[in-house]
Amino acid sequence: MRIKFWGTRGSIPVSLTAPDIRAKLLAALQGARGLSFETPGAIESYVDGLGFDVAGTYGGHSSCVQIDTGGPEHFILDLGTGVRPLGTSMLERFGPGAPQTYHVFMSHLHWDHIMGLPFFMPVYIPGNRIVIHSCHPHVEFALRRQQAEPSFPVRFDHFSANIEFDVMTPGEAVDIAGTRVSSHLQRHAGDSYGWRFERDGKCLVYSTDSEHRVEDEAERSGFVRFFDRADIVIFDAMYSLADSISVKEDWGHSSNIVGVELCQAAQVRKLVLFHHEPAYSDAQIMRVFLETQRFEKITREGDALEVLAAWDGLELSL
Amino acid sequence: MELSFSNLGPVRVLHVEGRLDHVHARAFETALAPYLLDCTVAGSPVVLDFAEVPYISSVGLRVLLLAAKQVKAQHGRIAIAALTPIVSEVFEVSHFNLVLKVFPDVATAAEFLASDDKRHAN
Repeated sequence: MRIKFWGTRGSIPVSLTAPDIRAKLLAALQGARGLSFETPGAIESYVDGLGFDVAGTYGGHSSCVQIDTGGPEHFILDLGTGVRPLGTSMLERFGPGAPQTYHVFMSHLHWDHIMGLPFFMPVYIPGNRIVIHSCHPHVEFALRRQQAEPSFPVRFDHFSANIEFDVMTPGEAVDIAGTRVSSHLQRHAGDSYGWRFERDGKCLVYSTDSEHRVEDEAERSGFVRFFDRADIVIFDAMYSLADSISVKEDWGHSSNIVGVELCQAAQVRKLVLFHHEPAYSDAQIMRVFLETQRFEKITREGDALEVLAAWDGLELSL
Repeated sequence: MELSFSNLGPVRVLHVEGRLDHVHARAFETALAPYLLDCTVAGSPVVLDFAEVPYISSVGLRVLLLAAKQVKAQHGRIAIAALTPIVSEVFEVSHFNLVLKVFPDVATAAEFLASDDKRHAN
């Protein structure tokens, strides 16, 4: 199983600005003072040694993750703006003459998780089959509505691909294209659902837009079971713990601290921080990432939990 | 989890001992409750002595947040002191150092609350 992150930002897409780029260039050049670069390789080595917040960016697309299960059918988690470049990459790979099947799994129907669909080119190619799996009974209504007048010029009915809707029962495990798939109800306005994918002895959990009441032991136990021994958990770490249980209580999101605690309890191998706060700069996300790594280390009692911060373009293998 | 108290001038010092995790947070919340009731504008300011707290989890931090909220609503004063290194890091990572008054030792915390108490009295 391989994972690629196409959109990792929470709530609304963002982009780097000219001042952001300038600040990165200044930081890189200041660090290079007094150094000499005799070869292109030396320049590359210097750039590769810079922090990711200087030499790279976490990106700004809203939620979209691709799973390559190893089978012929493609899995996509959420239809945020990251699904646009995902669609382009699929066209480059397969061309318009080779129909493909896409299984889309929706965490929920808020706009940052659906707004990429009209820009997902495979929907305009006859022969493609797109199955949208959701635990929300009104999923079709939500996707049609965002393209109804006056919100968008292209109606949903203009899609040329064969679009199917599969309204699933929360908590009920099913086999889809050779992968065991189950869902878990999460605390979020209008409900959201986490997804667990198991195939060939490997397991990925996608749990975004999920608030956790740390005092609710039954809720906590439910998530520990849902995450149990997963190889990777992709987790909504949008806020600090202090914010998530005080000024942003009921806003529907969680924290890096709760992510580490749940993954440690569930003996997860790798935690991927996801749904980054849109107001955060790359440097702020980097700081959250480093603090989370430190928190995991000082609270570790069993095996190490590897911590990563997702970025648009990150690829992982299970 | 154990909770005992002593008085330092007008300030009540609550000595907390043990882990404040999912197993013990509820007991901590229960033990704390009567002292919080008295932590009003006319009552005793409270310093939580965390010198013997080796670990605090999210649910333990929530108890502290609720305590701070209650005391604020009662116009009382509360502070936390003498964090162990690990608990201090947990406060920083969780940003609880931004929402709660934290002091390096009990004496400094008590002095601050006592002087704050006098300002209130004036």
